[in-house]
Amino acid sequence: MNQPAPDLSPKVSDEIRKTTCYMCACRCGINVHMKGGQVAYIEGNRDHPVNRGVLCAKGSAGIMQHLSPARLRAPLKRVGPRGSGEFEEISWDEALRIATDWLGPLREKAPEKLAFFTGRDQSQSFTGWWAQAFGTPNWAAHGGFCSVNMAAAGIYTMGGAFWEFGQPDWERTKLFLLFGVAEDHDSNPIKMGLGRLKERGARVIGVNPIRSGYNAVADDWVGITPGTDGLFILSLVHELLRAGKIDLGYLIRYTNAPYLVNAQEGPEKGLFLRDADGKPMVRDRRTGQAVAWDAPDIAPDLANGVEIDGVTHLPVFRHLADRYLSEEYAPDNVADRCGVPAARIRAIAAEIARVAFEEEITLDQPWTDFRGVKHDKMVGRPVAMHAMRGVSAHSNGFQTCRALHMLQILIGSIETPGGFRFKPPYPKPPEAHPRPHAKHAPGQPLDGPHLGYPLGPEHLLIEEDGAPKRIDKAFSWEAPLSAHGMMHMVISNAHAGDPYEIDTLFLYMANMAWNSSMNTSKVMEMLTDTTEDGSYRIPRIIYSDAYSSEMVAFADLVLPDTTYLERHDCISLLDRPICEAEALADSIRWPVVAPDRDVRPFQSVLLDLGARLKLPGMVKDDGTPKFSDYADYITHHERRPGVGPLAGFRGNGDGKGRGAPNPDQIARYIENGGFWIDHIPEEAQFYKPWNAAYQDWAVARGLYDSPQPYLFNLWSETLRKFQLAAEGHGDRQPPEYLRARLIETMDPLPIWYPTFTDAETDPAEYPLHALTQRPMAHYHSWGSQNAWLRQIHGHTPLYVSGDIWAEHGFAEGDWATLTSPHGRITLPVVRMDALNACTVWTWNAIAKRRGAWALDKRAPEAEKSSLLNHLIHELLPTKGDGLRWANSDPITGQAAWYDLRVKIEKAPAGQSVSHPAHPPQASPVPKAPQDMALKARV
Amino acid sequence: MHPAPSLILFTVLSGTGFGLLVWLGLGLRAPTGLAAFILFGLGYGLAGAGLIAAAFHLGHPERALKAFTQWRSSWLSREAVLAAATLAVMAPHAAGSVFAATPLPFFGWLGALLALVTIFATSMIYVQIKAVPRWHHWSTPPVFLLAGLAGGAALAGQAILALWLMLALAIAMVVHWMAGDGQFAQAGSTAGTATGLGDLGTVRLLEPPHSGQNYLLREMVHEVGRKHAYKLRLIALGAGAVLPALLLLLFPVGYLVIALALIAHIFGMLAQRWLFFAEAEHVVGLYYGKR
Amino acid sequence: MTSLPEKTQKKLGLVIDLDTCVGCHACVISCKGWNTENYGAPLADLDAYGESPEGTFLNRVHSFEVVREEATPMVVHFPKSCLHCDDAPCVTVCPTGASYKRVEDGIVLVNESDCIGCGLCAWACPYGAREMDGAEKVMKKCTLCVDRIYNENLPEEDREPACVRTCPAGARHFGDLSDPDSDVSQLVAERGGIDLMPEQGTKPVNKYLPPRPRDALEVPDLKPLSAPKTPKTEQAKGFVGWLDRALEKL
Ligand SMILES: Nc1nc2c(c(=O)[nH]1)N[C@H]1C(S)=C(S)[C@@H](COP(=O)(O)OP(=O)(O)OC[C@H]3O[C@@H](n4cnc5c(=O)[nH]c(N)nc54)[C@H](O)[C@@H]3O)O[C@H]1N2
Ligand SMILES: Nc1nc2c(c(=O)[nH]1)N[C@H]1C(S)=C(S)[C@@H](COP(=O)(O)OP(=O)(O)OC[C@H]3O[C@@H](n4cnc5c(=O)[nH]c(N)nc54)[C@H](O)[C@@H]3O)O[C@H]1N2
Ligand code: SF4
Ligand code: SF4
Ligand code: SF4
Ligand code: SF4
Ligand code: SF4
Ligand SMILES: [Mo]
Repeated sequence: MNQPAPDLSPKVSDEIRKTTCYMCACRCGINVHMKGGQVAYIEGNRDHPVNRGVLCAKGSAGIMQHLSPARLRAPLKRVGPRGSGEFEEISWDEALRIATDWLGPLREKAPEKLAFFTGRDQSQSFTGWWAQAFGTPNWAAHGGFCSVNMAAAGIYTMGGAFWEFGQPDWERTKLFLLFGVAEDHDSNPIKMGLGRLKERGARVIGVNPIRSGYNAVADDWVGITPGTDGLFILSLVHELLRAGKIDLGYLIRYTNAPYLVNAQEGPEKGLFLRDADGKPMVRDRRTGQAVAWDAPDIAPDLANGVEIDGVTHLPVFRHLADRYLSEEYAPDNVADRCGVPAARIRAIAAEIARVAFEEEITLDQPWTDFRGVKHDKMVGRPVAMHAMRGVSAHSNGFQTCRALHMLQILIGSIETPGGFRFKPPYPKPPEAHPRPHAKHAPGQPLDGPHLGYPLGPEHLLIEEDGAPKRIDKAFSWEAPLSAHGMMHMVISNAHAGDPYEIDTLFLYMANMAWNSSMNTSKVMEMLTDTTEDGSYRIPRIIYSDAYSSEMVAFADLVLPDTTYLERHDCISLLDRPICEAEALADSIRWPVVAPDRDVRPFQSVLLDLGARLKLPGMVKDDGTPKFSDYADYITHHERRPGVGPLAGFRGNGDGKGRGAPNPDQIARYIENGGFWIDHIPEEAQFYKPWNAAYQDWAVARGLYDSPQPYLFNLWSETLRKFQLAAEGHGDRQPPEYLRARLIETMDPLPIWYPTFTDAETDPAEYPLHALTQRPMAHYHSWGSQNAWLRQIHGHTPLYVSGDIWAEHGFAEGDWATLTSPHGRITLPVVRMDALNACTVWTWNAIAKRRGAWALDKRAPEAEKSSLLNHLIHELLPTKGDGLRWANSDPITGQAAWYDLRVKIEKAPAGQSVSHPAHPPQASPVPKAPQDMALKARV
Repeated sequence: MHPAPSLILFTVLSGTGFGLLVWLGLGLRAPTGLAAFILFGLGYGLAGAGLIAAAFHLGHPERALKAFTQWRSSWLSREAVLAAATLAVMAPHAAGSVFAATPLPFFGWLGALLALVTIFATSMIYVQIKAVPRWHHWSTPPVFLLAGLAGGAALAGQAILALWLMLALAIAMVVHWMAGDGQFAQAGSTAGTATGLGDLGTVRLLEPPHSGQNYLLREMVHEVGRKHAYKLRLIALGAGAVLPALLLLLFPVGYLVIALALIAHIFGMLAQRWLFFAEAEHVVGLYYGKR
Repeated sequence: MTSLPEKTQKKLGLVIDLDTCVGCHACVISCKGWNTENYGAPLADLDAYGESPEGTFLNRVHSFEVVREEATPMVVHFPKSCLHCDDAPCVTVCPTGASYKRVEDGIVLVNESDCIGCGLCAWACPYGAREMDGAEKVMKKCTLCVDRIYNENLPEEDREPACVRTCPAGARHFGDLSDPDSDVSQLVAERGGIDLMPEQGTKPVNKYLPPRPRDALEVPDLKPLSAPKTPKTEQAKGFVGWLDRALEKL
């Protein structure tokens, strides 16, 4: 036969440029294939530590993001009313002059009247530095509405969290439990990890009300009722304790389980017994005496306490055992509440115990601990766990995350082979983090970094009278440990002038008028609301976006950003780097193509603005700009001597972590594929918080200035200090109305309490939980402008369980109305049986406002989609005490997205457009092309 | 399947045209001169119009000639070759009849045979598609053949023949429908076999691969309501076969009666063909939760 | 070219692991990207930013739910592209010879310059593996990345299909299914790989690995340290007793 002979070896591209993906916070390495100067194809970089060649749908679709018709073209000045979307394009000169004219006088008079908040910013160490130089206390990024519960609970408990701070030991784990994750930041690594587990046939248990995605491949699915993970986890703890399946040696060596806790009523109750040097003490079993925790050659006791001067001091572990052995946590007593049969809880506990203690693994790798004791092996308990927003985005999230870490610690699986491992620069205990700062003065920089980890009420950012110092009320009694700030409260507080009024709201890459705000419709009103004299309540809004998002329409001045393929970026160790558990790593982005329009990289614009405002660190002595652009800053800025944004190729090019600025640094990164990696020595790979070799290595790399070994906090003295204050001790006292809540929730040991919404909602009226999940092929609101991705997820059906389907007589093609105490939305329904029976859900952030994102006004994103955000208020419904309580975690202020309760009704026949249907915004960009069929020109 | 107007017209028109040519070729009616011109003209015209309609269905009609190459394996290619051959072989007979009042029976008979096989080939384009169980059945060719022959006979003014063929067509249609209704189940393809997950439990589509449209859905997943289909079947049967038969049986044969019978027949056949496509479920629907 | 080869020298194909696929659509998009830029016409998207976008994709991921009698329901993510059937009906129906199955490796391809866009091959395919391109009006299908797997301009390790290279979970495998010793054949043997719609008689080359048993965790309950019926305080006491003893042994 005579068959055609296609060209089997076509030329793939002229050149490959290696940079870093930006379609999500995972930050994979990409090979950008160039043809004729155009981007032709994007694939994963095989050498990259994060993704090792693989790439997700968003990453591969980056080319369409770059070619998006929604891209802004030039700076914009508002000409119509706010929210209308009517703008005129202006020059950068004019834009920067306007910004300087607004901000200059503000800095001289009242720098706190600038609120600068930066969304899912990948340059936080830079924007924070800028805000500090400006002198406003009001800066933070998105963590408060995202996952601060996870981050803070992890740091306070063990000096690192899941999230981006650590990862399961994918190569060795034999049992993996995944709680409340649909996609996560570590998007590709989790998929790669699951793939590795599947290859070995290791068991995966998914705890999630919804069985899709990762939970679909889980061998066992626990369709838990939302908000009850804490109870489920404590029940597992109960079972393990009851059977003695805990790693006592680990608890004694690496945790504060043996610390003696004062049991006497009074200002010392619940605090550690300390020696004259302030060192916490333990009971030495050999002598029965209380000695400093790190005294040599002792056998710390976990069972018995000491009595000194008539005061009993019991070890932390005794408190712990007493609490969780209580029948309250027995599987039979939590099963109904959690929606998980008791037998299943028992089976999972038994499986955890079996794998942890019967399938123990050992590595023949000697190591030395910080006490100087040599160990000839590394012993691992191959049970790993991971959790994300399903656990953290609840008002009991902080304590639930703590409970989960306690479970991991009890079986000795943190930082041991087969368990959970930190990624450098973690571990880092709260003590090694800064405290938050808010001291501002006209014309002066702030007194220190904005965010940090308070160790007691003394570190709160409050005025004498208890009023919050920050516009978002972070680090106030309402959210004492709000380590990431509370971006979701900024607009409503600024609108209310509570705690004070601001002048300029400066936002960067956060779609606050849409999917990242609770109570979206009302937020749009707040942004456009005027005072008696007709001026806007929030006087000025500056916004930087790269695309025509909903938020753009609400800005007075828009600073258009480049795309990720057109600018320099650094993914820095000072921020959230791309490290892996076995290596230190950071990376860059660099302009692989030049912008084809009048847009500028936001970071360079910020430096320009800083120089015009003469901010310290941004101008030379003669007043001229210190940095020509962001690339210059990345190369030459030093945070501490020898430590800068990038850790690799410092000094003469050999410097790792420390070293003088190297003018060739960026070139070296490009040469190296856009990243730098430095492997942790073998003997330092595990037990990092206590491993002398790791500690020394971390100091050498500039992660710490001196070794920082520490013990895990099963008992959190910090939390206890806030409780003591609430009990009336100490000179910083919370307002009366918060006392009871602080006492209840800031327990030094993990607890579970029903989410505030659950506790206050009449289950007969709002019987259902409503959740969102992130689609793997979309990133928040940006996916919809992508011609490829929007075909995959172009609308948001509401998935309801078979029971609800039957109860309401739904049929294919029907629509439903969901009502919360706060609002109402209408959506098409779809049946899903693999779903917790009292839960409904839809995709997150697919819904769009008409007119935004260069989409047709009749796009399904606008007509067949809605946001659950319309149903969620930033405050809880009134309960008659005259107060509006925040819909957040009481400890960290994390937005409680997933506490939502709703009722469902069948929508009247004939429904064809979703509710609410906001009127269209004018589009600041031209109409999108009709059809696309692209090939780069060779 | 999507009932594309181009394909409905193609099968109905060319079927009728080739049906007429069968009768003209066989010399059942042997007109000459103007009458021959009109009749052969109709035959060629309908067959040609059908083929042109079919070309509208092509993405690249300019490459249509390539479709003549694969007659060894492809029924579509065979249909094209046969149609062309029919028209070519019949040409001397037609020309002889029109211009020289001399029918050439050899060409006529051969042409008639080819025309018949052409209609059969048209039907085989559908019969061969195993993925559409309703089509993939012996009852499909009789419907195509009888429809073409009945329409052709009526056009040729052969009332008695047309009457019998109409009745046969009615039976063929009913058999085709009745058999067809069970064909999908008979084929044994289910969501379970389509996914290989059938042994685990009841398989149901949760989410289609794209919320957007696609070619497959537009082309192959077409749903007609049961009631709607039932009504159309009555129309197809009534107008396409029963009514013409009654007209031919009850009224003296004349141009008006034949014209009325033909109009009813064509109308009915359009309905039949619409249903032929619209009711045909493609197994790919199983991947889209259809059926 | 419409006749099928009696036998092909190899049977290159994909093995897709339904136990592992998380339904991320990465393979869908990398396929779209590669094939837009390579083999034949770019894959078009009509009404790309409009009310009803419709693009050409050679690989799509469906999600199915399996409702079981005795156990909780399952969800299975299900990627599907051309299965490169041995008895490919799409090839034999093609009137132009544009569709063909390669003798050397069994890959089923469309020679776009011969395709008249009649759509018949798409009808003939039971699996929905062929799509007519809305702009170019030629038939599009998975090429098994024939322009990657032999491409001398690509490094050796990259000579595999784009979808396989990108799959984050490692749920896609590529190889020669005619060679019983190949990795893919062994995987199929080990995990009981299956054909889709065998009753259609197409003899697909691609195989699917079924999900492993779900929700089958069976472990005996943990044995409590003290008798389960003891009252709360007793239980705590029993625990401290055990703890004391256990610490002595450390
Ligand atoms: N593709 C993609 N990747 C992303 C993003 C994106 O938009 N798209 N966004 C990034 C961002 S900003 C973030 S914060 C991360 C978030 O990553 P994830 O934490 O994976 O985000 P969610 O989609 O919110 O998933 C929450 C999951 O928790 C479940 N859940 C809800 N309530 C409960 C509960 O009470 N208990 C349990 N056990 N589960 C519960 C939900 O069913 C859902 O599966 O993803 C990041 N990565
Ligand atoms: N109902 C519900 N709501 C939620 C959540 C939920 O789970 N459920 N999750 C919450 C969480 S965790 C998060 S993190 C938020 C996320 O919400 P947002 O942070 O608001 O996320 P995006 O929608 O991606 O908005 C980011 C903005 O950045 C812009 N952008 C993209 N690229 C660039 C660029 O290169 N430069 C600049 N300057 N701008 C750019 C985009 O155009 C977009 O307008 O949503 C929150 N909202
Ligand atoms: S996970 Fe996907 S979107 Fe995120 S950085 Fe990696 S490739 Fe890009
Ligand atoms: S890339 Fe892999 S895991 Fe993702 S949908 Fe495709 S086959 Fe499944
Ligand atoms: S899957 Fe469909 S297109 Fe591919 S070879 Fe088989 S029949 Fe042909
Ligand atoms: S569409 Fe093209 S490839 Fe398919 S059968 Fe027709 S000519 Fe052949
Ligand atoms: S083998 Fe190539 S063409 Fe086929 S589905 Fe995979 S990426 Fe697409
Ligand atoms: Mo987030």
